[in-house]
Amino acid sequence: MLDDTDKRILRHYQHNPTTGFAELAERAGVTAATCTRRIEKMRQEGVIRGNHAVINWRALGREVEVSLRITLDKTQPRAFDEFLAAAREVPDVVEIQTFLGRVDVRLSVIARDMAHYQQVYRTAVLTLPHIADIEALMHVARIKSDEVLPL
Amino acid sequence: MIELDTMDRRILRAMARDATQSASALGRVLGVSQSAVWRRIKRLHENGIIRGQRLDLDAERLGFGVTVFLGVKLATKGRVSLDDFERAVSAIPEVQTVEHILGLYDYRLRVVARDIPDFERVLRRRIMMLPGVGDVEANVLLSEERRPGPIG
Repeated sequence: MLDDTDKRILRHYQHNPTTGFAELAERAGVTAATCTRRIEKMRQEGVIRGNHAVINWRALGREVEVSLRITLDKTQPRAFDEFLAAAREVPDVVEIQTFLGRVDVRLSVIARDMAHYQQVYRTAVLTLPHIADIEALMHVARIKSDEVLPL
Repeated sequence: MIELDTMDRRILRAMARDATQSASALGRVLGVSQSAVWRRIKRLHENGIIRGQRLDLDAERLGFGVTVFLGVKLATKGRVSLDDFERAVSAIPEVQTVEHILGLYDYRLRVVARDIPDFERVLRRRIMMLPGVGDVEANVLLSEERRPGPIG
């Protein structure tokens, strides 16, 4: 399992994912060799699943972001699987989450403008299978987005 | 808006998958020189298309077994400043993301906790104590996938 050294490395790495291992080692107070070895081990064990570039969709002309909260028709036994498989085929969907609660699924959809959103909504979203109810929330601003775990 | 060519898109897709790849490794895969890849990555950063990197950790393996999305409605709009609410909510370590939204709720929060009792503690002692909090709706995250999106 993870010890305090692993957690200390992760704490710094999370806050600075672009940092090289040498600098990270210095910040975490370990040798570069230890730092590299520990990170490699955590990668292999699946604790670190990846380090991804974050795309700013606005800079690519996608100004509109909408959260679609969807309730599925659960009388259909394969509703979840079929809905998710179809949603994966929509390129404008950047996030798919499933929930236990009032909502079954949330899709994050990005569009160039409201007219384009309308088009995506009508042609690609409303045609997804087994939707019982759908609710849209418009994204205004991201206040905090680092997704750091409180280790 | 910046127009990307096919090589830019391939590099962007590869970096979104794994941002730790070196320019030379990427160049070998894509069949271009290391310096060409490096130049394009630099431009993607300069144009603000890549706005950073995100470490993807297995929260459960690190002891955070529960992720909950909270829809929060402010009760006393006008009397509580949004800035105060945003500052206070962002300072809670268990709150991973804060988004301002329009519609049924005012804010969407992503909250991590060790387990359900720990979540209850965060909800009661932290979230419900925030200035101006009204209705709160909770949905427990079961699964999550990020899609490549319309890179083209």
